[in-house]
Formats: sequence, structure tokens, C-alpha cells
Amino acid sequence: MPLNLNAYLGIEPDALKVYSQRADVLAANLANADTPGYQARDIDFRAALAAAGSPGDPLRPTTTNPGDVTAAATADGSVSTEQFLKYRVPLAPALDGNTVDSQMEESQFAQNTVRYQAALTFLENRFSELTTAITGGQ
Amino acid sequence: MADFNIFNIAGSGMSAESVRLNTVASNLANADSVSGSPNTAYKARYPVFQAIQSSLMSPGAAPDPTQAADAAVQVSGIVQTTAPGTANYQPGNPLADANGYVYSSNVNVVEQMADMISASRSYQNDVQVLETSKSLMLDTLKLGQI
Repeated sequence: MPLNLNAYLGIEPDALKVYSQRADVLAANLANADTPGYQARDIDFRAALAAAGSPGDPLRPTTTNPGDVTAAATADGSVSTEQFLKYRVPLAPALDGNTVDSQMEESQFAQNTVRYQAALTFLENRFSELTTAITGGQ
Repeated sequence: MADFNIFNIAGSGMSAESVRLNTVASNLANADSVSGSPNTAYKARYPVFQAIQSSLMSPGAAPDPTQAADAAVQVSGIVQTTAPGTANYQPGNPLADANGYVYSSNVNVVEQMADMISASRSYQNDVQVLETSKSLMLDTLKLGQI
């Protein structure tokens, strides 16, 4: 029985990719917390993960509404996050046009970090399962 | 994060906030400076922050549409406020003009202190992002090593 390593690892590698792109966007929001006119952004996670996943994956999220963003990979096959970027609805708009809420961005960043670590742990377990299978538990 | 861009973004935020801290230090140090004329009196300075695509920070780099998510911050300039300072009657001061007035700076010390706290909090946020990303990357490097 040939083992498809990509299918075996499941959705986690794709999720890691999207989490790391989301970390970029949140870091940009935090760096621009004092920039006048800067508008905070975030990634539409479901759409981005659907685009990052391999077709045919049963766990891959699909679009359920006609308005959902569908996958569109760039020429080199990598998925651009730009199309999944959405502007945040500001909780407390500032007079200078900046919509970054540092506390909220910080908590979102922490949440993103924990999820990234969880995905890493799942991958780690997959690898150790594989090692167990190869060595026969010795 | 995968292409180390997050370090550029958080780093740009730290350097911008440190410029802001520098102007606060300059304004606070000169809060009590006096001058012989209203025009040469010290005026409070403020940095102007501007969002910039982080892939454009290195000189000569071409715009890359896939990197548009990464907005770094840059200081596009330092502006001086135009509000007039107060004129104080101090005929004994060697800097006094013909009428015996010296002109003090327009620095509002309380405002500067609040600005300093805001800058240092933002700086701390950027440092936190940097530390977290670094440890995540190290964890990723150790993947599968058990």
C-alpha cells in the first residue's frame, strides 16, 4: 500500500501556511498602530485555507455561499493572500482615520500563535506515528 | 512569516516608535528653552508615520503584488508645530529682546509624557510579535526531530 505523505499529513501543513500569513498581516496591523489613516486588515481564514488545501481533500473547506471567495492560485502555484484580505470593522474609530485596536490585534495574534502551535503538535504526532510504524515500536 | 518578512514589519515598527521616543526626548529636554525672538523659540517636533509595503523597503525593489499584505511603517518626515510659545517678561535674562521679553517653547509636557507612554507600549507590542514569531519559527525548525 503506497503511502501518500501529503494525504497522510492532512490539512495541517496548509493550515500552518495560512496561520503564518495571518501572522504577517497582524504584525503589519500592530506595526502601523500609530499610522494616521491606516486601516487594519485580517485574512478571511476559511477562504484562504480552502485555496491553500489540495483538491480532493475531504477536510478541505468548500465555499457554501455564492459570495464566498474561491481559490485562485498565482502563476507559480502559490496562493496569494491578498485576495483574502478584508478590512476590519473598527470598534472605536480614531480621529486620525486609524482603525487599529492594539489590544484586539494583540489577542488575535496570541490566538493565531496558539493555533499555529497546535497545528505543529498535530504534525509532530503524525511524524512520531510514522516513526513508530517504521521501527515497529522498538 | 514563512519568508521572514514579519521581522521586517515588526522591526520597522520598532524603529518608527524609537524615532517617536527620540522626538519626545528632544521636546521634553527643550521644554524650558527660551529664545530672544518668537521665530527662533523651540517648537515641538512630531514624526509623521506612513504605511509602506515592506518588500519596497530595500532600495531598488520592484513592487510584488503577492506581498501586499505586509504593510511596514516608515517615518516620512518630522514636522514642527506652529503654535506660538508664551512670551515672558524677564528683563534680567541675557537673551531678552529690547522690550525685556524672552520667548519659551510651545512644548506641552503633559502631552509629551502621554505620547511617550503610547510610543513605549507600541514598541513593546512589536517586540512581543518579534519574540513570538521567533519561537514559532524555532518550533517549526524542530518539527519531526522528537
